[in-house]
Amino acid sequence: MSAPNATTVGQTADALPPPPPREPRRSAVRRALRTAPWTAQLGLLVILAYVFVAIFAPVLTPYGESEVVGSEFEPWGTPFLLGTDNLGRDTLTRLLYGARNTIGIALVTTCLAFLIGGIGGILAAVFSGWIDQGLSRLVDILMAIPQLIFALLLLTIFGTSIPVLIAIIAVLDSTRVFRLARAVSFNVAVMDFVEAARLRGEGIGWITIREVLPNIMPPLVAEFGLRFCFVFLTIAALSFLGLGIQPPTADWGSMVRDNATLITYGDITPLLPAAAIALLTVAVNFVVDWFLHKASGLRDER
Amino acid sequence: MGAIGKIVAQRLALGLIVLFAVSLIIFLGVELLPGDLAQEILGQAATPETVAAFRRELGLDLPPHTRYVQWLGGVLQGDFGTSLANKREIAELIGVRLANTLFLALVAALIAVPVALALGILAALYRNSFYDRLVNVVTLSSISFPEFFIAYILILFFSVKTGWFPSLSNVSPDTPFWERVYQCLLPALTLTLVVVAYMMRMTRAAIIGLLASPYIEMANLKGLKRSHVILRHALPNAWAPIANVIAINLAYLIVGVVVVEVVFVYPGLGQLIVDSVQKRDIPVVQACSLIFAATYIVLNLTADVVSIVTNPRLLHPR
Amino acid sequence: MSADQGAPRASEVVLEMRGLRIEGQVDETWNQIVKGIDVTLHRGEVLGLIGESGAGKSTVGLAAMAFARSGCRISGGSIVFAGIDLMAASEETRRSLRGARIAYVAQSAAAAFNPAHRLIDQFAETPVEHRVKSRSAAETDAMDLYRRLLLPDPERIGYRYPHQVSGGQLQRAMTAMAMACRPDLIIFDEPTTALDVTTQIDVLSTIRDIVDQFNTAAIYITHDLAVVAQMADRIMVLRYGELVEEADTRTMMANPRADYTKTLWAVRTFRKTLSERAQTTPLVRVEHVTAAYGTVPVLHDINFEIHSGRTVAVVGESGSGKSTVARVITGLLPPREGRVLFRDQRLPGDYRKRGKQQLRHAQMIYQMPDTAINPRQRIRDIIGRPLTFYLGLKGQDLDRRISELLEMIELTPSQFIDRYPGELSGGQKQRVCIARALAAEPDFIICDEVTSALDQVVAEGILKLLDRLQKSLDLGYMFITHDLATVRAIADDVVVMLQGRIVEQGPKENIFAPPHHEYTELLLSSVPEMDPDWLDRVLERRGRHGAASSTSTS
Repeated sequence: MSAPNATTVGQTADALPPPPPREPRRSAVRRALRTAPWTAQLGLLVILAYVFVAIFAPVLTPYGESEVVGSEFEPWGTPFLLGTDNLGRDTLTRLLYGARNTIGIALVTTCLAFLIGGIGGILAAVFSGWIDQGLSRLVDILMAIPQLIFALLLLTIFGTSIPVLIAIIAVLDSTRVFRLARAVSFNVAVMDFVEAARLRGEGIGWITIREVLPNIMPPLVAEFGLRFCFVFLTIAALSFLGLGIQPPTADWGSMVRDNATLITYGDITPLLPAAAIALLTVAVNFVVDWFLHKASGLRDER
Repeated sequence: MGAIGKIVAQRLALGLIVLFAVSLIIFLGVELLPGDLAQEILGQAATPETVAAFRRELGLDLPPHTRYVQWLGGVLQGDFGTSLANKREIAELIGVRLANTLFLALVAALIAVPVALALGILAALYRNSFYDRLVNVVTLSSISFPEFFIAYILILFFSVKTGWFPSLSNVSPDTPFWERVYQCLLPALTLTLVVVAYMMRMTRAAIIGLLASPYIEMANLKGLKRSHVILRHALPNAWAPIANVIAINLAYLIVGVVVVEVVFVYPGLGQLIVDSVQKRDIPVVQACSLIFAATYIVLNLTADVVSIVTNPRLLHPR
Repeated sequence: MSADQGAPRASEVVLEMRGLRIEGQVDETWNQIVKGIDVTLHRGEVLGLIGESGAGKSTVGLAAMAFARSGCRISGGSIVFAGIDLMAASEETRRSLRGARIAYVAQSAAAAFNPAHRLIDQFAETPVEHRVKSRSAAETDAMDLYRRLLLPDPERIGYRYPHQVSGGQLQRAMTAMAMACRPDLIIFDEPTTALDVTTQIDVLSTIRDIVDQFNTAAIYITHDLAVVAQMADRIMVLRYGELVEEADTRTMMANPRADYTKTLWAVRTFRKTLSERAQTTPLVRVEHVTAAYGTVPVLHDINFEIHSGRTVAVVGESGSGKSTVARVITGLLPPREGRVLFRDQRLPGDYRKRGKQQLRHAQMIYQMPDTAINPRQRIRDIIGRPLTFYLGLKGQDLDRRISELLEMIELTPSQFIDRYPGELSGGQKQRVCIARALAAEPDFIICDEVTSALDQVVAEGILKLLDRLQKSLDLGYMFITHDLATVRAIADDVVVMLQGRIVEQGPKENIFAPPHHEYTELLLSSVPEMDPDWLDRVLERRGRHGAASSTSTS
């Protein structure tokens, strides 16, 4: 039923003419960027801007992260472009530092989640058998508790500090990474080239790193983007609830919480950090969407 | 039908085992607490005697497995113990709030499910059209928004600027039904906006997967009307994926409730769990977690059972 | 419609396609996949469309219904069916013709039947929806057609669900469904490709009969020349979306004119020169092997030998256990009982317990070259790894040896060494797999259906290469295949398997000469031959002997 006729044109002759020389990687990337949809281009631009702000936050503002510089809730204007917050700290400064803290913590958490979940998932698929059974059942049970609720429970037990926060979210999120990594590795691990490597007598290290890993990178990279968004939103939500990143560290979630009362006076300042969160996740999602589309051809068609 | 009954029973039994395991995790997680719960609550200043007395009061002098059995036995009879913060019966604290939360979730689900399914199916049927692309960009954006962002935008426009709705949802047990709906509408709308985007994308993907099946192509090649192809050929096979999408999103909705309740100061279970986490009122957090987890498990179980009982291969065994 | 009638009866034209052009979308750009084809079909005539993968034959078949799959579009030409211009017609008009006057039979009936409805419901909806028959008339008609198509229990089989019926039966039920409105034209898209040969013959004969009985015109799409010779009055050979040659079946079979057609015709003529009957100790000996997957037994008391320089073909249909034999020999599935000896040394049952040298001596080539080599490694690394791993080659020695191996498999080293598999054709990939096996300097290679995913011309090249390598390196081969043409081409010895048992084994000349074992006879006689009269002859002979299976459960 599949339509080989429609898709694989010219796979017939055994001795095909050599294909054109490979495009150098850099120009291929440039071409991909040029032909990307506007959403992805915009997304990349936004991500770069955020990275810039996160790195250069101290240079971009004259004030300190938690320095009280004026009276409470000063309006927009000079010298405080976006006014001050509930303790009289410069809102713009807090926003810039917030980029650094919020993104940094989310990134570390996501990396940790990938380390745990990715390794677990690949090993479960490569070894299969009881290792796979054990890990998969454990993950099933962990995933039976809603993630935010589980996080709340663990935060109650361990208290709220940044290392605890990172560890909890990373472990909980690694269950999803595990599921994906296991599924995609499993699809690769049953392929003949992996069987060939096993029959050659290769060890687990070679099979995992050289045979399986390179073939599961595209879905894992896309998943990294999605998981980052999810972790970022979870941490923001926890901070908003007052249970995540603790004062005086500048962080977008708690900035919304601290200044929320302004909304009732029609002041949109508290929406700015929320918008900053939204903009970054939108940007990452746009880029991931494009990447998935590229990596799998017309993905929805099948 | 015997075969189906057996598979459903197996699935339900598995659900029970998971629920049991979850209760174990929720209870024993506290054992991981560095130090001692009594010490933790009373603080470093407490004398060893007060701590010991408090330990006895909490039952901490008993071994963990005994306490677990007692706790679980209580839970099964609707007794969740007493709150550390205000010494009240937890069951009493939870009762009204659980009803409030379920009411809010129900209102949100009643709006979200039909809207999301309809929009998702339309996007799948008119795939790659302008409508589909627009929907893709809009939903992709809206799933990227934190719930509190959407909530405050709604408050800004529908409460602060226009005064149509209250920015705080005050409900009490004697609030009349329509008043209650009115009070709930903004929080419900927030939840709806978040869930619809997810649900619609998943519906679209599920329907597109279904429409790519060879038997749908065959139905088209038999010259059947489009409506007939959809209703007779796609729909009977769509229950399982659709039930799955609905279950996942309702589960998501239950969790999303936490943030939304805090924003609107809605007296629900989410508000309670957040307050209790701040007060480190562990028995209340445990009780709320168990209820949230049980809801989550039941929803997923329902989706599994639906896909089992609509699978023609199982309905009509060889 | 039997081929005897030869040229079309000079009657009305059912279908006329002129200058048909179809485009397919790859990465946002549209490429032509059908480049201006003319097709004319008369009432009651059967046209065979043949070609290798990528020829555009299925696409042309669907275009006769003015249908293009998603990602394809009909970009030019005219399609006139029974006087109606389908290109100009509304979608509503086209829809009213599909199923009613032009019907379609898909390759995989198991996938094309809706799992949620009974066969008879799916049969009846076409005539009922097109307002040709009432539901009850349709049901009666279904039973009649099921009977004509020799389905068992025709009164009741329609009330089953698709998954309750076997593949061969489903394919016939789908033909019945296509006949429901007595269409003027049926498109058969590779209807027997997914079936075993002994099942295929039943489906072929019933399809041919029913099309004949109702004087229906048909387009029969296949890549199998011998099948098309039985089914078609006239044949069109397609390649790269263009017409290569068109003639009535007998002329085409007897006297192909285009070079490409001649190569297609010639492919099945390769025969290796038989190897000497060896007197040495066998390379591999399989002794009393019994194996099971879990508790399901799959192999029963398997015994055979493989000698250096000779090829043993293990032949059987799906489910015969032939691939399991390979899994036992390679150690992927340790046997329950019995043992595998290599040069009289017992091999551990589990490959993980075998030493590096034991693993090196036995290499494997797989059916699907696409999945048998890692798409993320360059050819250099794919072939180089066994050289480093087993033989410790490095640096210049390694490069030199990789180049030698590439030359052995007839690929220019400088052009191919740094490519990724995605930049090779299917046949080239299979050659790389061969090179990887050779790199280990094995004594023995297991070839698991190595040609069945390839087009015939390419497959023949692979067989010739394997034969040449065997002669120069004195390799022992075990060929697992369902294709008797391959067996004829390359085997020295043949092992015939059925349901996990060996039913017959011996030198090829003995197996292929009568008297045969009953199953071998059935298998051999079911393989279509290029002779257009073959099907008639076989059916007549089977009818006379009242032999096995033509109406059986297949």
